[in-house]
Amino acid sequence: MNRLDQLFQKKEKEVLNIYFTAGYPTLDATETIILELDKAGVDLIEVGMPYSDPLADGPTIQGSGQQALVNGMTVPILFEQLKRVREQTEVPLILMGYFNQVMQYGIGKFIQDCVDVGIDGVILPDLPLFEYESYYKKLFEKAGLYFSFLITPQTSEERIRKVDELTKGFIYMVSNSAITGAKNTISEKQIEYFNRIQAMELNNPRLIGFGISSHETYATACQYANGAIIGSAFIRTVGKAENLSESIADFVHSIRGTVSV
Amino acid sequence: MIAIDERGYYGEFGGAFIPEMLHSNIDNLRSKYLDIIAEPAFQKEFQALLKDYVGRPSPLYLAERLSEKYNTPIYLKREDLNHTGAHKINNTIGQILLAKRLGKTRIIAETGAGQHGVATATVCALMGIECIVYMGEVDIERQAPNVSRMRMLGAEVRPAKSGSKTLKDATNEAIRDWINHPVDTHYIIGSVVGPHPYPDMVARFQSVISEEMKWQLEEKTGKTNPDIIIACVGGGSNAAGAYYHYLNEKDVRLVAVEAAGLGVNTGESAATSVLGTKGIIHGSRTLLMQTDDGQIIEPYSISAGLDYPGIGPMHAHLIDTARAEAVSVTDQEALDAAFMLSRIEGIIPALETAHAFSALDKIEYQSGDVIVVNLSGRGDKDLNTYIKYLDKIG
Ligand SMILES: Cc1ncc(COP(=O)(O)O)c(C=O)c1O
Repeated sequence: MNRLDQLFQKKEKEVLNIYFTAGYPTLDATETIILELDKAGVDLIEVGMPYSDPLADGPTIQGSGQQALVNGMTVPILFEQLKRVREQTEVPLILMGYFNQVMQYGIGKFIQDCVDVGIDGVILPDLPLFEYESYYKKLFEKAGLYFSFLITPQTSEERIRKVDELTKGFIYMVSNSAITGAKNTISEKQIEYFNRIQAMELNNPRLIGFGISSHETYATACQYANGAIIGSAFIRTVGKAENLSESIADFVHSIRGTVSV
Repeated sequence: MIAIDERGYYGEFGGAFIPEMLHSNIDNLRSKYLDIIAEPAFQKEFQALLKDYVGRPSPLYLAERLSEKYNTPIYLKREDLNHTGAHKINNTIGQILLAKRLGKTRIIAETGAGQHGVATATVCALMGIECIVYMGEVDIERQAPNVSRMRMLGAEVRPAKSGSKTLKDATNEAIRDWINHPVDTHYIIGSVVGPHPYPDMVARFQSVISEEMKWQLEEKTGKTNPDIIIACVGGGSNAAGAYYHYLNEKDVRLVAVEAAGLGVNTGESAATSVLGTKGIIHGSRTLLMQTDDGQIIEPYSISAGLDYPGIGPMHAHLIDTARAEAVSVTDQEALDAAFMLSRIEGIIPALETAHAFSALDKIEYQSGDVIVVNLSGRGDKDLNTYIKYLDKIG
């Protein structure tokens, strides 16, 4: 069974998904970051494949990606690292990147390597529904590799239904009309949108991301969805961490509102 | 037929690889642009502005001394004589009229050489609409006169500080701005790049260039078709406009001139058709310069308008199917061509355009072949670079 199904079967609320950019702050930080996040009780981890031109990302994730590329991160190196990590943890792992990276790697090979390494799902924000359904859906489904689509406040109801039909794993609800890392409070208008989506009773679990950066925003997001996704705030934390393991544990506890032990 | 299909592809190039955050805007544009452009009221306003504001038709000029030098008749399509000094305004007039009909109240644009930024700032001033132009930090420096013009016109110029700090990065920033402002903003892209419907829409607005060429050539030569059309290609909008009505006329050779920078194999180049492979840039599946790992390579050219690691999907298709020939021209060759044209015809071309003239030394032709060079813009913005070169060569 896909680890994402396992996760959402046993946990419907307060699912915490943390995004980090692979290769940042150092090339070999991947293993430490994933294992520490797992230890701190994070439910799933989104591993970002650094990209030169990440259109949907704000300055924090862009900056971490640039540094990761300077550090020498590539997709083949990342797969090698993830293979070693997978031997040590069963935490659900998602790969996030841009479609050009997958295209150049070779879509078939990418899917196969994800399966071999034990990746549970993929997010490619610039691969549109139409292209996915026409050309790639079958490949992903055959491999049992899940695929998450995004929805935003502007996504029409009809299209959300389509997203729900094509998504496997969870739907990524973009909290606001924004690139990553933009805002840090949640407005009335956003709550309205969260309520509207909740009322649609979609088949897939929903995680809210973009602008979630504190216990407060996390807790609010959790009221209206199955959980939340945090990226930029976590990257800022690892970027300035003196002791990576300690900082990661502290960060997760501060988000959950629990006390670090 | 060379045209876009209903999914927005020229052959295997094009499409709309955009994050969901842009979907409603792009889809709105895609579903409406053809109908809006076809409206009689739109056409009336568009044509009137092209005539009285831009100064169209732009002349087709038989460059006699140049023809003598190359021993064949060479005509220059004088887009440099348009208001604001380049072909870019044909597109911005079209898009601002479209944006108004879509109810948009805020305009963003990217610019490399600053010509598209100036053309956008100009139409925004004309319509009284807020205008923000993203420009790479490197380009802000090397195209300073155009930065001043944009400011004078009331636009805000925002520096793009990531990557190579040039056109690619300015485009990234404009796209991010659009993601952050999905309701009130229209993004006026300056070339035949980006997600569908932009490449087709911009090509249609620029197609006035070849529409005029047809009747102008007939008047002057008795035939609507030249033997060869030469245009420089950054993203490819002036070339798309110059080719448009000849795309399906196989007797007309299409020459696309790219910037080789310091040389195609020096690692400092923007010659996409030689160095590029198939991939995705700015929402379009096309040819682009990238590493094996799919990271976009930072290009280099002395010319800010050609300093782009991709080409529009139409051009990728034309080159891939051998309908167009690609020629690469180095910085040095372009500079020499700019001085040549200035001194032989009294026309100072833009650095981008100078690349097209250098191609006259590189292509094969028979004496008597009628050649049209699309003179996409004038060189006022490049005087600093030209004068520096002049001081160096003495
Ligand atoms: C005068 C001139 N020619 C050509 C270009 C290149 O753009 P395109 O390939 O879209 O015509 C530019 C771009 O800034 C320009 O200013």
